[in-house]
Amino acid sequence: MIEQQLVNALTLGSVYALFALGFTLVFGILAVINLSHGAVFMVGSYAALAMVTHFEAPLWAGLLAAMLVAGLIGLGVDVLILKPLRARNAPHLIPMIATIGVTIILTNAAQGLFGAEVQRFPDDVLPPWEFVIGDVHLRGLEIGIVTISFLLMAALFSVLRFTQLGRALRAIGESPKAAALLGINVEGLFHLTSFTAAALGGAAGVLIGLDFNAITPFMGQPVLHKGIAVIILGGMGDIRGALIGGLFLGFAEVLSKAYISSQMGDAVAFGLLFVVLLVRPTGLFGRVPVRKT
Amino acid sequence: MILRRVALAIAISVSVTAYGADVKIGVAEALTGGAAQYGVAVRNGLQLAADEINAGGGVNGNKLQLIIEDEQGKKEEAINVLKKLVFQDKVLMVFGPTLSNSMFAGGPVANGAKVVAFGTSNTANGITDIGPYIFRNSVMESDVLPLTISTAARHYGIKKVAVIYGNDDAFTKSGYDVFKKALEDQKIPVTTTETYAKGDVDFKAQLTKIKGGNPDAIVCSCLAEEAANIMLQARGLGIKAPFIGGNGFNSPKLFEISKLAGEGTFVGSPWANTNPAPANQKFVAAYKQKYSSDPNQFSAQAYDAMHIAAAALKTVKLSGNLEADRQALRDALPKVAINGATGPFKFRPAAGKDGKPAGFDADQKPFIYMIQGGKFVLYSGK
Repeated sequence: MIEQQLVNALTLGSVYALFALGFTLVFGILAVINLSHGAVFMVGSYAALAMVTHFEAPLWAGLLAAMLVAGLIGLGVDVLILKPLRARNAPHLIPMIATIGVTIILTNAAQGLFGAEVQRFPDDVLPPWEFVIGDVHLRGLEIGIVTISFLLMAALFSVLRFTQLGRALRAIGESPKAAALLGINVEGLFHLTSFTAAALGGAAGVLIGLDFNAITPFMGQPVLHKGIAVIILGGMGDIRGALIGGLFLGFAEVLSKAYISSQMGDAVAFGLLFVVLLVRPTGLFGRVPVRKT
Repeated sequence: MILRRVALAIAISVSVTAYGADVKIGVAEALTGGAAQYGVAVRNGLQLAADEINAGGGVNGNKLQLIIEDEQGKKEEAINVLKKLVFQDKVLMVFGPTLSNSMFAGGPVANGAKVVAFGTSNTANGITDIGPYIFRNSVMESDVLPLTISTAARHYGIKKVAVIYGNDDAFTKSGYDVFKKALEDQKIPVTTTETYAKGDVDFKAQLTKIKGGNPDAIVCSCLAEEAANIMLQARGLGIKAPFIGGNGFNSPKLFEISKLAGEGTFVGSPWANTNPAPANQKFVAAYKQKYSSDPNQFSAQAYDAMHIAAAALKTVKLSGNLEADRQALRDALPKVAINGATGPFKFRPAAGKDGKPAGFDADQKPFIYMIQGGKFVLYSGK
């Protein structure tokens, strides 16, 4: 049974990591904790659902639509809310509160448009692939989630590490003012980051909506809480941290349910998180910013 | 609303001259809020039965007049509404409230005033311990679940089971307690007991553990939504064992979501849509005609409850003295036995707590279903 539990943990961990990816990206570049990420993720799910059920489009088109719609909402949030706050030099708490407002608006809008009851993708959007290796049962979807999560993270990591664009973004992450003085289009890259992060959130929404077989206006909230835990654990703003943190939380949750008690899943996972933070307050990959004069 | 009440009042005053006195009956059900899906079904069932009785000339020439109030599924509203019905509207008896919690809050108001409170949807233990004026025709889980288990155990030759339930919901938790006791009584060993929390969507860790114990069946005290996902994920993990479900399974939602993953599941219910008994077929057809939708167990039980009350009223000679009439109705109710939409029904005195006088529970045999072809099929085996 341990092999199956490891597969369960890997899937759940990848789901957390995928969600945390966009979340940590925004924090790394914009230095904003964007609490609307959960709602954007939910909107992505509904966008794909609408494409698949209403326009009878294939799933890949639904996924693209989800990324586009979510991305545009992320861009809108940046242009309409975060940008004016940046221009006014608002303290850190203000964008957090403002994005809670966005969450409330999006959740209620989804409730009004789609209703509060649970919806799901039709059965036939996914090919019924199933693999049985020994005692381990794997669905095609689970392989897809793990693969897509890892690919997206590798792509994002490479862009940030090895390209000119990535260098510019990291410069902004270090100091937006200095970056602007060096001629980097800071506002443009902020918009791009917000779009990309939200699009990743939308993609996560589709995959998680498929995996959990449930789409509701409130699906973002529990995942958001886990996402916050993941990026704190991994180190705020670090892409590798989102991966490792997500997997850590997934494994801790599944293995404690499997070998301690199913009542204790969250308690053990968050207890471990607490212990890690006691030892490394900056998270696994976080660095304490050192400013040299 | 006011206009309708005025219209109703006029209609009643006309009917008074035409048919003699009206019998005022209070209805306190959750018509808005989260419990409305049950409360509205109950109200519909009561209304349908009352209309039928009135169309047939009423009870001893007296028409039944329903005074319907919304208790919103809240304890404090249940108390307010029952006070209004008992003291202000001076009803002869009350149906409701909808939820067991509301009955625990509102029941004592009626009982204290020596007015019958008749629950049609309260299944929790201890409801009728409130006092001698509390009646219910809703079959308790402790009557349904043990029969479900013993029937399934006979059918499949079950030697050991695994259990999964939601541990932060009063309904699924109390279902679990009843299952646990029934399994102990029937000496069926439990390989593992797993839990989840409301809103959980990923049950694979628990199910993988269940699979390890290789049970002959999985006992699941869950709401339909969660149950369906548990079934789907169990099949995804290669678990072939059938499920045994509680009252939460009694929803068409189960099939909408789980499709064929629930084949072979055993479920107990106080009512069977497909029960061919004439009383039931008449009810199902009349309900569909009046409300253009299918009835559920809650409307069926409410429908029967109104007929039970009418049968009791028939034996009572109303004196016009409210207190005496209320008491006479209370004394007539336990003797009623009818053959209704939910099958043959009679009351049995509740055991009561610490020797205090208690009310009356339903004495009725539940129906056992097996899920076949994505439908509840009445189990025909022994």
